[in-house]
Amino acid sequence: MFEKRHVLSMREFSREEIDAVLAMADTLEPYAYGGNCNSLTGKILALLFFEPSTRTRMSFETAMMRMGGKTLNLGPAEGSAIAKGESLADTIRVIGCYADALVIRHPKEGSAQLASEFSPVPVLNAGDGAGHHPTQTLLDLYTIRKESHLDELSITLLGDLKYGRTVHSLAYALALYGAEITLVSPPSLRMPDQIKADLEAKGTTVRETGDLNEVIEEIDVLYVTRIQRERFPDPREYQKVARSYKITTDLLKKVKDDLIIMHPLPRVDEIDPEVDGTKHAVYFRQSFYGVPVRMALLKMLIGGDDID
Amino acid sequence: MILTEMMMKVTPIKNGTVIDHISAGQALNVLKILGIYHTTDATISVLMNVTSRNLGKKDIVKVEMRELEVGEVNKIALIAPGATINIIRDYEVAEKYAVDMPDLIVGVMRCPNHNCISNTDEPIKSQFLVKNKNPVVLRCLYCEQTITENIADYLI
Ligand SMILES: Nc1ncnc2c1ncn2[C@@H]1O[C@H](COP(=O)(O)OP(=O)(O)OP(=O)(O)O)[C@@H](O)[C@H]1O
Ligand SMILES: [Mg+2]
Ligand SMILES: [Zn+2]
Repeated sequence: MFEKRHVLSMREFSREEIDAVLAMADTLEPYAYGGNCNSLTGKILALLFFEPSTRTRMSFETAMMRMGGKTLNLGPAEGSAIAKGESLADTIRVIGCYADALVIRHPKEGSAQLASEFSPVPVLNAGDGAGHHPTQTLLDLYTIRKESHLDELSITLLGDLKYGRTVHSLAYALALYGAEITLVSPPSLRMPDQIKADLEAKGTTVRETGDLNEVIEEIDVLYVTRIQRERFPDPREYQKVARSYKITTDLLKKVKDDLIIMHPLPRVDEIDPEVDGTKHAVYFRQSFYGVPVRMALLKMLIGGDDID
Repeated sequence: MILTEMMMKVTPIKNGTVIDHISAGQALNVLKILGIYHTTDATISVLMNVTSRNLGKKDIVKVEMRELEVGEVNKIALIAPGATINIIRDYEVAEKYAVDMPDLIVGVMRCPNHNCISNTDEPIKSQFLVKNKNPVVLRCLYCEQTITENIADYLI
């Protein structure tokens, strides 16, 4: 079901392949809490972060270590030093010989694709500029599967739907499952028409509104994204938008009992901290699920011993 | 028909190439692809916006003493996907074929996305997947940026 050599973008995943990754993550999840798993003992994962990232990098490191493997780290400072002196292609060729797989985050779009062309070992894209970040999408899907359900799902994507490529990639993936998607965003941050058209062409129902109250009562998942201040030339406009999209316990009074609220983190003030204590808040677990999902990908790409 | 057209607009060529059915307005870009810019000693006729039965308006470029290279024809296909190449030998159309483009265009176009890894000094050639041939829709293999118009501007 899973014969990929690299993980570069969600575009290349079929529903069957996604299901295979999620099933493997499910098998590995107990070890993500610290159980004894030696499946990748003796294997090395090289982390090439040419741009800062805490969560994604640490989550990959944890995933590798939880399976008995080790990691090599190229920090952002070294990364930028290398970027000045040497081509990315050469860096990849060299470091690819030290490790069993490479994780790359780089500010240019298409850098992971380039890396895959020069690497002797599997490449995992951990973000290429404004491009793809497939492991984020996979962990989002895993969270929905664990905490809600992927079949007959009704989901609302809230916030910046224009620039947030992870939300686009999540929407595409959800289309494979026939989800009913509602888009809620300020007018200036609406999802691009082309993406909506693609989603509809895949048979997904896409609804669009500026008002969360219209849909909050019916949905299974509320996926909240960060609205970046920089997107608004006028600070008052930003304040207004930020206020009207803030998730509070008040808003949650009329929601379905099993609604889950997700957020890719870090949050700024999209979600009131009061919400954290409610049963709806799953965003910290979501972040943790990055570990079993990345364990699954590493296991599937590197191979290693069977899980006992 | 040929005779009247030739008599009206240009003298016939003995040996060379006629690029016919060029999308109206693209003739000068075709010349650019052929490497003909400011001065040239080649004998060339350019017809622009002539009436065509099928295309409404079309351009035609006639070049004497020259047959085109595959690379040139592939580039012409990008800006004039409906063009026909006629090879003239001894005043007659000796060969005729429609331009076609490969499914992957390598090293011919520059990606419009400034932040694309293909626009750096990396040792790679640009690569575009042909999503549609006419009208042309190209997608960068690296950053997924699509190109649908002003194609000539991105020719390397
Ligand atoms: N000796 C020549 N010198 C200059 N132009 C020529 C010569 N012979 C043919 N042509 C031009 O080459 C093109 C193709 O000629 P052809 O006789 O095949 O016309 P056609 O039947 O209209 O072709 P098509 O079906 O491709 O439109 C025409 O534009 C014609 O004017
Ligand atoms: Mg004709
Ligand atoms: Zn590109």
